[in-house]
Amino acid sequence: MSVDLDDTDRAILRLLAGDATLGAAQVGRAVGLTQSAAWRRIRRLTDAGVIAGRRIVVNHAALGFGVTVFLGVRLAAKGRIDLEAFERAVTAIPEVQTVQHVLGRFDYRLRIVARDIPDFERILRRRIMTLPGVGQVEANVVLSEERRPGPLA
Amino acid sequence: MLDDTDRRILRHLLADPQADNATLAGRAGVTVATLWRRLDRLRERGVLTGIEARIDWRALGYEVQVSLRFTLDKTEPRAFDAFTTAARVVPEVIEIQTFLGSVDIRLSVVARDMAHWQQIWRDRILALPHVTDIEPLMLVATIKDTAELAL
Repeated sequence: MSVDLDDTDRAILRLLAGDATLGAAQVGRAVGLTQSAAWRRIRRLTDAGVIAGRRIVVNHAALGFGVTVFLGVRLAAKGRIDLEAFERAVTAIPEVQTVQHVLGRFDYRLRIVARDIPDFERILRRRIMTLPGVGQVEANVVLSEERRPGPLA
Repeated sequence: MLDDTDRRILRHLLADPQADNATLAGRAGVTVATLWRRLDRLRERGVLTGIEARIDWRALGYEVQVSLRFTLDKTEPRAFDAFTTAARVVPEVIEIQTFLGSVDIRLSVVARDMAHWQQIWRDRILALPHVTDIEPLMLVATIKDTAELAL
């Protein structure tokens, strides 16, 4: 079941996707609704799961994390047991922020945040290459990243 | 520089972005007033750059998500700029990353279903400029997705 949106809902989502700390009064002012009308709409979007929580964005470099790497991983052997063992082990690695099961040239996509290249190499050798069932691995270092509003226009 | 209190606050905030300020303050062992002050300072110093609502595209009827990896024609000096400018205009593109590696650019694209995906692929993706190779990875499931850092 998907939720139907009108233009006002889309405007609200665009605002909150930029700043989730905006209150109903501020959102209402921006889209031409009263505070309570805006609150009801935000509530409906949250209850329907469209607003699925908050994302904290930090400056990685300012915190001493200079390197983000996207890793494609292909498993050497494939069976249900292998997938479960791999997923359990890979999600336990603290430097791995994202694990996605995909179809295509790789079986998994990982996002890894490291302090620098030597730190990434340590994670790759000690943590990733030792994962159960891991086969071919391809690393790409992120240079820039942007999020787009998506189909809300 | 950040002190231990800043790090503790950030660690708890990243671990549970949904927690309200009172809960977060309790976990970090500070008062709510201190939490406010620290968060403001982290914002001012550009460490905390955003608190954004996460949109679940699936709840909006976008059942398909594809990661597209592009290799661009590097003999064309404007390839990156021209490609990125064109990709930003495609409404279904939700993320753009550029890389140092065998892949140059990655796009995350959402579609309502496979028919819609095929239409985006033909009309929008194959029309992007200066592409020498495209490789799609179709998302099956997100197993882990966190902004946590080993602070």
